[in-house]
Amino acid sequence: MKKKILSLTLIMALTASLCACGSGSSAKKDGQTLTVLNYGKYIDESVIKDFEKETGITVHYEEYESPEEMYTKYKAGSIDYDVICSSEYMVEKLINEGEVLEMDYESMDNYKNLDTSILDMAASYDKDHCYSVPYFYGTLGLLYNTNEISPDIVSSWDCLWDPTYEDEIIMENSVRDTFSPALISLGYSINETDESHLKEALALLKKQKDDKIVYGYYVDETADAMIAEEANIALCYSGEAALAMDENENLAYSVPEEGSNLWIDSWFIPKSCSNQKAALQFLNYLCKDDVAQKNFEYVEYASPITSVVENQDAEVLQNEAINPSSDTISRCTLFTALDDEQSAVYTKLWQELLSN
Amino acid sequence: MSKLKKQLLAGPYCIWMIGFIVLPTIMILYYAFTNSDGGFTLEYIASIANETNRKAMGLSLKLGIICTIICLVLSYPLALILNNMQIKNQGLVVFIFMLPMWMNFMLRILAWKLLLSKNGVINSILTSLGLSRISIINTPAAVVLGMVYDFLPFMLLPIYNSMTRIRKDWIDAARDLGANNITIFFKIILPLTVSGIISGIVMVFVPSLTSFAISQVLGGGHVLLIGNVIEQDFMQGMQWNAGSGLSFVLMIFVLVSMALVNAFDKEGEGTALC
Repeated sequence: MKKKILSLTLIMALTASLCACGSGSSAKKDGQTLTVLNYGKYIDESVIKDFEKETGITVHYEEYESPEEMYTKYKAGSIDYDVICSSEYMVEKLINEGEVLEMDYESMDNYKNLDTSILDMAASYDKDHCYSVPYFYGTLGLLYNTNEISPDIVSSWDCLWDPTYEDEIIMENSVRDTFSPALISLGYSINETDESHLKEALALLKKQKDDKIVYGYYVDETADAMIAEEANIALCYSGEAALAMDENENLAYSVPEEGSNLWIDSWFIPKSCSNQKAALQFLNYLCKDDVAQKNFEYVEYASPITSVVENQDAEVLQNEAINPSSDTISRCTLFTALDDEQSAVYTKLWQELLSN
Repeated sequence: MSKLKKQLLAGPYCIWMIGFIVLPTIMILYYAFTNSDGGFTLEYIASIANETNRKAMGLSLKLGIICTIICLVLSYPLALILNNMQIKNQGLVVFIFMLPMWMNFMLRILAWKLLLSKNGVINSILTSLGLSRISIINTPAAVVLGMVYDFLPFMLLPIYNSMTRIRKDWIDAARDLGANNITIFFKIILPLTVSGIISGIVMVFVPSLTSFAISQVLGGGHVLLIGNVIEQDFMQGMQWNAGSGLSFVLMIFVLVSMALVNAFDKEGEGTALC
């Protein structure tokens, strides 16, 4: 028994020393490193290399899939991120929680390259306008097959509830995106928090499912399924629609007249940042005209950098799936952050829909 | 001293076990019985009784049982045939059944999605042959198919293992004493393979009960299993307490089926497999 205790103690000691080593090495950070957290495939890798060459700062680049995953990663606190990119409602949530540091835009020479109309819209989540730098933006809309569906049908969300499209509609496998069209159809805001209104939206979505209109609730598979023409209409984000349209020329994208969601992915500097100067240098670099151009060519989402938009040819400019028109933007609303209680209500209703 | 050295050899695994099994389990238990403010509550354990979770749990049990029965019906005769084939190199037989498992199981499920989807491979072949198309993608049937495909080896191998241990002499002796094939099957083969069947059942039932990835890919959001609810609680809703509460309930279901295997499986077929 004593020996067992001894070996157990040894193991504990070993574990402890391992942990100590781990924290020791991460504490060694000097002024010349920068830890960046961004969505997957959301930057041209050569941009990072060029930045390192130009400034001598070593970039530790990390990726994540969903804003919720980012939140969990950040809150776990095992890595001190210096600069993070995420969706507007998550940025707002973190600002509300006091996790975001104010930025000194004065030190960013290239900040003036940003389109002021986008900055105005960013005021929806960054009210004091001192916490974030927009990176890319886009809309939520309908990707459809022009062989089967005429453009005037997808100019309204009503097509989503029409039983003639049995087994032909793909919805998003995420709660807020799928609830948005239902809320808009009922005349409510996409940021509705009144539970009785949300239940009405749930009833509409349940009916849609009962009428066998929904082929599937997809996220990453939406583009593939639409390219393979498995369904005629899909609810999806503009950037994803643009990718699908590159692969299949029968596809087109529409943002219905009643309005939709506009999303803005932004950079912010979290409280865990240990090198604010380098973080600002990095963000300043991303706002540089040629760098933003490079990133746009790689990501193909709408860029808030004025020169990138000016350099595009007419075809790209008029492609709603890449650049939402000012008319479209005026119809759209941004998501606002939900508090824990509200998001619990959404999750509960969402699971009720899926289990139906 | 040498005993201590031997114990030290277990050190790496002990660290592994403490870090990745014991601590996470304690954390799940902690979250399951507390609310977001850290106070004690049974609310999240009891949430299994609300309609959504009950439906999801019921569907998980139903699909798990269907999957287990199909696996058993497919595996048992197959194991009998393989065992009677008198192949000298049994390693080869095992090898053939392990072969698909060399490929990541998620990749195989994604392949099924491509096969089954509306304009997928199977439907293209059916259409070109002038037959009617099948539409089972995004239905419980597709999920069961995926589960059976993934978990079949876990049923086959323990049953086959237990059959290879039946000595030919016993069968010959039974024949000498006048038993026909049916009597031999029910009096000798079946009783001697019960342990294999039971461990096969557990090894198929437990993963199918707890699966969430297969229903995610092949169910297309139409099939909500308890595993999917838990996954959403953690990944989308950020409700760790609710997710942990359901995980705890699921753990109880798994433990009950493990207790079942212990009651029958005295020879430890299940552990002999790997």
